[in-house]
Amino acid sequence: MITLRNIQNKPAFVIMVGLVFLTMSAVAGCAGHGLEPRTAYNEKTPNADGFIQHWLILEPISANGLSDSAVRTAVKREYFPDQFTVIPHDGDKVTVNDEELTWHAVETNEYNVNLYYFAYGYGKRTSNVLFWAVTIVNCPKEMPGVRLAIGSNAASVWWVNGKEVIGIYGDRQTIIDDGVSKRLTLKKGPNVVRCAIVNGGGATDFCARFLDADDKPLKGFTVRVGDTRK
Amino acid sequence: MNIIYYTQSFRFFRLIMFLMGFALIWASPALALDGQIQIHDPSTIMLCNGKYYTYGTGGSSLVSDDGWTWRRGVTPSRRGMAPDVIHVGDRYYMYISSNPGGQPHSQVIMISSKSLDPESHDYGWEDGGIVNSTDGVEFCNGIDPGLFLNPTDGKLWMTFGSYFGYIRVVELDPKTGKRSDDKFTNIAINCEASTVIYHEGWYYLLATHGSCCRGADSGYNIRVGRSKKLTGPYVDHTGLDMILGGGKLLIGSGGRVIGPGHFGLLDLGDGVQKFSCHFEADLDRGGSSVLDIRPLLWKDGWPIAGDNFKEGTYEIESVRTGTALELAVEGVPVGGRRSRGARRMFAGQGGVIPPQDVAEVSSNWPAGNIGIRMANYMCQAQQKWAVTPVTNAGGYLGSTYFKITIAGTDRVLAVGEDGELVAVPAFTGGHEQLWRLDQLTDGTWRIMPKFASTANESLVLSAIGSSFATLAKFDPTSDKQRWLFKTP
Repeated sequence: MITLRNIQNKPAFVIMVGLVFLTMSAVAGCAGHGLEPRTAYNEKTPNADGFIQHWLILEPISANGLSDSAVRTAVKREYFPDQFTVIPHDGDKVTVNDEELTWHAVETNEYNVNLYYFAYGYGKRTSNVLFWAVTIVNCPKEMPGVRLAIGSNAASVWWVNGKEVIGIYGDRQTIIDDGVSKRLTLKKGPNVVRCAIVNGGGATDFCARFLDADDKPLKGFTVRVGDTRK
Repeated sequence: MNIIYYTQSFRFFRLIMFLMGFALIWASPALALDGQIQIHDPSTIMLCNGKYYTYGTGGSSLVSDDGWTWRRGVTPSRRGMAPDVIHVGDRYYMYISSNPGGQPHSQVIMISSKSLDPESHDYGWEDGGIVNSTDGVEFCNGIDPGLFLNPTDGKLWMTFGSYFGYIRVVELDPKTGKRSDDKFTNIAINCEASTVIYHEGWYYLLATHGSCCRGADSGYNIRVGRSKKLTGPYVDHTGLDMILGGGKLLIGSGGRVIGPGHFGLLDLGDGVQKFSCHFEADLDRGGSSVLDIRPLLWKDGWPIAGDNFKEGTYEIESVRTGTALELAVEGVPVGGRRSRGARRMFAGQGGVIPPQDVAEVSSNWPAGNIGIRMANYMCQAQQKWAVTPVTNAGGYLGSTYFKITIAGTDRVLAVGEDGELVAVPAFTGGHEQLWRLDQLTDGTWRIMPKFASTANESLVLSAIGSSFATLAKFDPTSDKQRWLFKTP
């Protein structure tokens, strides 16, 4: 699992990526589809402010335009099979436009996930790109009346359990609780949070948390990603 | 300085003039409060059994179910000049002044009732006798009582006085409504319609300066001074004591109304305060004296008269996020798109770029319901809201309800079945499409759907994200639910 710590030094980042990858490879294997229990990773809690710090992120795909229509066109396009339903595993690969891209499990110690350094660290382009990210939120009980609250640089579209809940567009910076969904219900057990972030140029990152009925950070759930296929 | 010598005959003449004016009001357009609002020297507005009541000179009385549309009420058991009413314990105490034998000889008589609603079995005025009088020689004309229940210690006080000298304050027994003792303190001079309110550690003395009872020639205006002690000294913003004639202007004449007087506080809680007064002359109602209700704001420790909402086209901006309410449609830059990095990109396109034509840009908007979101205000058509009062839709204290549409379209802001905001294609008059706009004490606005207002649910427009607004319970300590209406 990769830890992003606002890394400014690419060589150090690459070394770290390599070390983590070696660790990950040791537990790599095959797994079935969907959300069956896995053994390799502990459940993680959101941070003190409720931000989700564990994600699976696909290396960037080329995309242009930040307007409502351009972003919607970009995210509707099918780049790889089952892109709106797949639960990826760390190290999974997909082919997009004849380019092989890899899903990476990412952990951040910050409230946000820095996609610029993520892409830069893997030697990928950072401008005019689209990132897919997925995480699994496990709830011990049904949680009605909550909201997903996100910020992104730049535009982004978000789904919870397959339903689109947020779209924010234009050239924008990441602001905590910028886009907020309507009230939704997190079911007992695993819930899939998926997003597509489109960047024009320069920095790119995102943050996400859930808010309770009083608009306070939602707690009491765990996040589980990063399992490699057994 | 205008010193008004009241006489019984003059007051009778004034009363006759008011009664004649009632006929005019029926035919007058409702620009301020609606219905029959003619009154002079209104008492502090009381809420009793879900209705609002105020009483004026000559036994006049107004009642309203919603605070917007008023009708004539029942005359209490005694009539006189400039009554004031206060609710203490389980009784409403009314204090009525008069000048038997001519001023400055005066008296204030108290009556009380458990209810102000004549339909209630608790209704029935009991005579409490004379609680104060002036002998016609002392330097005070003890009329125009103003009642104040001190929230810090529960003590009851009455101010009184007019243009014959001093304004005085005396203590009353809150259990009986009668005088506690014979002591009095002079706190102001040569004004009338005094009353005290309390705000954040200060006592404020509101009093009316200028002349009354001359229609549009009346110079009435409401002034204020403040003190750390209830018994004064009350000093204005320049340091001038009100007992020397000081007083900071709270509200004077303006617009189509002239001569405000007789301040009465309406504290709705949750950071919403309003005040009642009368204007000596409403130019849209034949120059008659009318009741009005306005927001009361506070700035730098001083009360300021706000304005009831004015119809217009506005940007609706969240105080919390600085972003503006808009339809969730793709905006078109004013003047058309320009690419970053284009040649001469800072040179503009020459000439005057006209405002966006909503008919043109809205042609691509979906025909049905459209979501509501927030974004940086960029002068675009989907961000400009026309706020229009709705007639025959009822109202709330001081105002009618409004509809909020995208200017130049029928797209109206509403609450959807899921409890979230939505723009529907056309206005139907439903409670989910009508909005109550209350100016808060800091000058910002609270936006509440009618269905919540009528159900006494404090459910208001709330900016819970920079790009998203919803309905949420009002929290007076947060700026999530504070909005600015800016002229675009």
